[in-house]
Amino acid sequence: MPIARDDVAHLARLSRLALADDELDHLAPQLDEIIAAVARVQEVAAEGIPPTSHAVPLVNVFREDTEVPCLDAETVLSQAPAVEQQRFRVPRILAED
Amino acid sequence: MAELFRMTAAEIAAAVRGGGASAAEVTEAHLARIEQVDPQVRAFLHVAADRAREAARAVDQRRAAGEPLGPLAGVPLALKDVFTTKDMPTTCGSAILNGWLPPYDATITRRLREAGVVILGKTNMDEFAMGSSTENSAFGPSHNPWDLSRVPGGSSGGSSAAVAAYEAPLGVGTDTGGSIRQPGAVCGVVGVKPTYGGNSRYGVVAFASSLDTPGPLARTVLDAALLHEVMSGHDPCDATSIDAPVPPVVAAARHADVSGMTIGVVPEFTGEGFQPGVLARFTEAVELLESLGAKVTEVSCPHFTYALPAYYLIAPSEASSNLARFDGMRYGLRVGDDGTRSAEEVMALTRAQGFGAEVKRRIMLGTYALSSGYYDAYYGKAQQVRTLITRDFEAAFDRVDVLVSPTTPTTAFPLGERVDDPMAMYLADLCTIPSDLAGNAALSVPCGLSPDDGLPVGLQIMAPVLADDRMYRVGAAVEAALDTSRGHPLLNDAKGLA
Repeated sequence: MPIARDDVAHLARLSRLALADDELDHLAPQLDEIIAAVARVQEVAAEGIPPTSHAVPLVNVFREDTEVPCLDAETVLSQAPAVEQQRFRVPRILAED
Repeated sequence: MAELFRMTAAEIAAAVRGGGASAAEVTEAHLARIEQVDPQVRAFLHVAADRAREAARAVDQRRAAGEPLGPLAGVPLALKDVFTTKDMPTTCGSAILNGWLPPYDATITRRLREAGVVILGKTNMDEFAMGSSTENSAFGPSHNPWDLSRVPGGSSGGSSAAVAAYEAPLGVGTDTGGSIRQPGAVCGVVGVKPTYGGNSRYGVVAFASSLDTPGPLARTVLDAALLHEVMSGHDPCDATSIDAPVPPVVAAARHADVSGMTIGVVPEFTGEGFQPGVLARFTEAVELLESLGAKVTEVSCPHFTYALPAYYLIAPSEASSNLARFDGMRYGLRVGDDGTRSAEEVMALTRAQGFGAEVKRRIMLGTYALSSGYYDAYYGKAQQVRTLITRDFEAAFDRVDVLVSPTTPTTAFPLGERVDDPMAMYLADLCTIPSDLAGNAALSVPCGLSPDDGLPVGLQIMAPVLADDRMYRVGAAVEAALDTSRGHPLLNDAKGLA
């Protein structure tokens, strides 16, 4: 199924990417070509083959519950774009009514 | 003694231990070399000259105090800018992290420091390790020391170029789809992807977590092995780190003998789409191994040709999730926070401005593959193909000790040639991806120059999970035989730098 420009615009919204119109125009045919190429996996992946999510068999990893020092607030906040009252200052997260 | 910057890591370490050279002298020689050639090569994003001098002085003081020195003490190294360093910026080649100073060292950074390795600086890379040329770096591409108009490979192309240009005897990279072996091959140096889980990912900025594997780049197989042992080993900070002994890779690199070994040629990686000169050198390397006493046989791995499409679903899916953390809230770039915009609008503006084209493509591709309604048809199928590829490897390793193929279908391509043709760029990793999906070990060793363009060709040697030592044994045998017949190391023929 070809990927239309509207689909790409929707993907950009889901991906939190505010793309300009010319970027969408450029990306749409590229994504369409890539998705057509990767769809080849459907040729061989028959039913009954278990999926692999990870190369190494994983089991839960536990450690002793011992206290270790963590980074202090000053260090953590030193790279923040904006700080207020020893906290990350962020833009509003709720809509204004 | 040879010029200090032309010495191997093993030679430097021996000289520092024995008093033939100080770590300080060695470091100055490499810093001078960087000053001389890096304006052309552009391997480094950040040179940490003062920190390097301090680290070297500390090694010299330990020696003067009679303390024992490790196998790489005093040896300079070029570190890919994906590893966090608390005293140097870490950008991942991205504008979104420009100037970021991490609050902690990656486990591998810490291990290198504790071993007395002198970190010269941070090397260029494709943004967030997505690419095969360094052209996706926000800070401009690096250049191949064999021909400055060509790519050094990627994504660890800054490290491979630094090693090939004698700016550092050792480099560290990360391999997710071939990002150590492919730049190693096209720069004429050794590049190693260890077994997944053998090297800690703690402090490695994540691209595709089930695939990302740190590993060494070096000018000799022995140097790569020495670095492999220093980097590797269990790390409780990485839940996927394997709690098992590091395979004996240094002993294997010193035991360059393939007699009695069985080597499988993968026919799926010798046909159409491969540069004739690459195939010519590959065929010669296989004949060489046979003449050295190995038994060579053909082993078909029918699902390897589906590795590339499976990878371009799995890696972007993981990336779309991992890169969600770059939201402009806690660190890195923030764009458009003018007091009127919401957090969501600021995030979308920040990511649109902070990420480059390839990263955007992959985030959107991954978002698509994971979307409800498409998940089963794409991501789910790709995970099944991953099983089929692992089974191909298991069946092959029942019959042979290692598998071999060319590392890359072509030699280094010209800068700009594939930059806006993603599918052509992706093909550079055709032969390297299967080992990332299956998690087994693989190494690229130079096997000569392509007769059609005079550029280096890499031989890829693939070994079973946690049998990394086998590929070092084979790689060392090829290297020794070729160096003997040529009469000098391959890199002496690199003419890109006057």
